[in-house]
Amino acid sequence: MFFRILVSGLFAGSLGGLMAGLLQWYFVQPVLLHSELYETGILKHFGEFTNSAQQSLDTLQPIRDSLSLLFSMIIYIGYAFLLISAMALRLQISGDRITFHQGIVWGIIGYIAVHLAPAISLPPEVPGVAAAEVLPRQIWWFTTVFLTVIGIWLIAFKPKIKYFFIGSALIIAPHIFGAPEPNVFTGPAPTEIGALFASRALGIGLVSWAILGGLSAFFLHKETMRAVS
Amino acid sequence: MVALVQSLSHSRPQILSIILAALLGLLVIYVAGHSQYHILHDAAHDVRHATGFPCH
Repeated sequence: MFFRILVSGLFAGSLGGLMAGLLQWYFVQPVLLHSELYETGILKHFGEFTNSAQQSLDTLQPIRDSLSLLFSMIIYIGYAFLLISAMALRLQISGDRITFHQGIVWGIIGYIAVHLAPAISLPPEVPGVAAAEVLPRQIWWFTTVFLTVIGIWLIAFKPKIKYFFIGSALIIAPHIFGAPEPNVFTGPAPTEIGALFASRALGIGLVSWAILGGLSAFFLHKETMRAVS
Repeated sequence: MVALVQSLSHSRPQILSIILAALLGLLVIYVAGHSQYHILHDAAHDVRHATGFPCH
């Protein structure tokens, strides 16, 4: 089972990550580069400064873009290992095959747990915004993902009504506790860029996770069939 | 009963494999997405921002 998850995760993750990386390069990277003009002080935003909202950006940087594509694939391989583990666990319990189309729904749920839920209190940050120390934010991020996964699993697969309430409480708890916040706002980037960046990052994440989910179910089934034949 | 015992003894290593694979996934996400080692941070910088990880 371990190698089945590994092999299907490598295929699904690298393909899904490639798609995610290309979508990010086209839709998210220009917003990031625009924000970096403010982060590095080339453009200034506050006070009497006014700048054109359209800037010429160097959107083709082969080394930087290749590294982004590579790391996007690696991160999505990590996502795929998690998602396919959850699928395999479900397969162990119920014995039902997860189809490509059901896999898309699994992917969207994975997106909610790993991408959307932490973003509700810790929005995707464009470079050049103020934020709290990185370690507490990372701890909060992992805790939120863990609690949300457990919460969604309970709601989805435990029919008793009490699990619905326990699951909901787990999902909402980290947001009531609160994510680490900066003491002061010092971010030099315009709010318009920050908002566009966050919504683009979340939108691309949704599409990429949906693709990842479909591919994960497809490759897990393929590997399972290969193992039993 | 025999079938149940068989299925349990069959599924325990399977569950262990699943947990190991999930932990490996977390490790990959940590190293590629969260490690503050500067070379990793710089190489993965844009992706970390775009995937909503706390970056720096």
